[in-house]
Amino acid sequence: MISVHGLRKHYKVHKRPPGLKAALRSLFHRTYTSVKAVDGISFDIRPGERVGFLGPNGAGKTTTLKVLSGLLHPSEGEVRVDGHVPRLREEAFLKKIMLVMGQKQQLLWDLPPAETFELNRAIYDVPTLQYKQTLDELVGLLEIGDLIGKPTRQLSLGERMKCELAAALIHRPRVLFLDEPTIGLDVSMQATMRTFIKDYNEKYGATLILTSHYMDDVAALCPRVIVIDKGLLSYDGSLEALVQRVRPEKRVVLRLSEEVDASRLEPLGKLVTHEAGTAVLQVKQDAVNATISRALSGLPVTDLTVENAPLEEVMSELFAENKARRLQAAESVPA
Amino acid sequence: MNARGLLRALPTMLRVSFAESVAYRAEMFVWVLSTTMPLVNMVLWMAVAKSAPVGNFGQADFVGYFLATFAVRQLTSAWAAWLINWEVKQGTLAMRLLRPISPLWGYASDNVAGFPMRVVVALPVVLLSIALVGADKAVPQHAWQWGLFLVAVLGGWAITFLANVAIGALSLFLDSSQKMMEVWMVLFFVCSGYMYPVEFLPEGLRTVIDWLPFRYQMGLPVELMTNAHDLPTALGLVARQWAWVLGMGALAVGLWKQGVKRFAAFGG
Repeated sequence: MISVHGLRKHYKVHKRPPGLKAALRSLFHRTYTSVKAVDGISFDIRPGERVGFLGPNGAGKTTTLKVLSGLLHPSEGEVRVDGHVPRLREEAFLKKIMLVMGQKQQLLWDLPPAETFELNRAIYDVPTLQYKQTLDELVGLLEIGDLIGKPTRQLSLGERMKCELAAALIHRPRVLFLDEPTIGLDVSMQATMRTFIKDYNEKYGATLILTSHYMDDVAALCPRVIVIDKGLLSYDGSLEALVQRVRPEKRVVLRLSEEVDASRLEPLGKLVTHEAGTAVLQVKQDAVNATISRALSGLPVTDLTVENAPLEEVMSELFAENKARRLQAAESVPA
Repeated sequence: MNARGLLRALPTMLRVSFAESVAYRAEMFVWVLSTTMPLVNMVLWMAVAKSAPVGNFGQADFVGYFLATFAVRQLTSAWAAWLINWEVKQGTLAMRLLRPISPLWGYASDNVAGFPMRVVVALPVVLLSIALVGADKAVPQHAWQWGLFLVAVLGGWAITFLANVAIGALSLFLDSSQKMMEVWMVLFFVCSGYMYPVEFLPEGLRTVIDWLPFRYQMGLPVELMTNAHDLPTALGLVARQWAWVLGMGALAVGLWKQGVKRFAAFGG
């Protein structure tokens, strides 16, 4: 469905120091630097896959999504989405895709969302019957029946985002690019959005690429993740395998009926946190069973769970590893 | 988008754009006030012509001319350059580019949608003009004059809109093209017949202005509305106007297509 080979996107950026002198100098002489937003990444995505696109700020995630949706022309490389070259922005291609950006909106600000839906119906040439079915379904699933008649500017962020998602799906895109779709939403709204996106993917077999800084989004939606950092691809595989590679240890969470001294917990594993009747231990995978037995027999345990390390920690560790590798590589280059 | 799809989409686009244009009633009122410059010019030139006519213009001619200018301005104005500059700077052009229809149709629809409201503003002024100076100095008198006047109004709007698109598209090459639009507007005020009839200009300068687009944005429709030309002259001027429409169209579309390739879609 999506194939990306050797994609590069470099920007020419005008650079000048602050101050009046520099401002005046820039009138006559400008210094440009080349920013490598994406620097040679390749991957393939099968139809119906849900892929998380992860990386720190400025890694090149959004740039890649913009190239895939035809907004940006790549500097180099070959990109195809369902057989189309995105930069050509053919009508057939644009009718198959949608890019939802959490920080940009397509809803008409002064009019109710229903007007944007109607506009999209006309622009995407959606047959009336299909439009009615899709709209009924979206209104029901997203619970936006009371909202679509109010001016967009009077909706809360979460309400707006739900309507934004509905507007994006009126033409039932086969490929959905979601760039931070849950940004700024509260926990329950995030969960609603995640459930909806997963249902849409399963019902219509839509291919989905998601970028999000909320790891819960990624964990709930994406069996596969692609990690890019400084424009380079640093991981492509299952989320589970990524966690295993970066943080193979497990977390044993113990809920205790009474206060226990840290000295009784430390022999069981590395004590990560210990507060208010809860202790979190980090233990090697092959030691999990033994740790559980010892904890149950020697401590006042009321509840016990075994978890992976939080994704946020896994990602920070991966980015730190990448950074260290880059520094090492830079140092090894002879001056 | 193909022509059939476009024809199907346009009525909804126009309806939605119209709904947007009337969302703020106070803003509309302020906009109408901002287009009253011809009325000020009318009073000034009437004072000048009080003792003797200026060229072929007596006081009644000035009333007819500037009330026609007011009406034509309502029907031919466009503001796409401002919108394009804003959307390029904010990155919101991205949302238009994602749709399977050229953003230029969207901008055109936004501009045309205000038409009914502007006709509502212009119509009483035209009726007032008829009452003050008589129909022969206020509106076309024959069917061919009405036909050419309407073609010229459409041509005037098209040049204004396409010039807006061309200048707006320059913001994709430069950081901003707002100042260029201001320069265009100054030239428009001086050369179009908006401030004074172009026949007041010296012969040599008038020849130059006849080859520039500005007169065809404003002066020509006003001249046709006030019956200033015979049929052969009117046809020649309308032909020249539409040559400008085609030229400006080619320039605007060319700049737009090249510019979009450079769109950086900043912000988000």
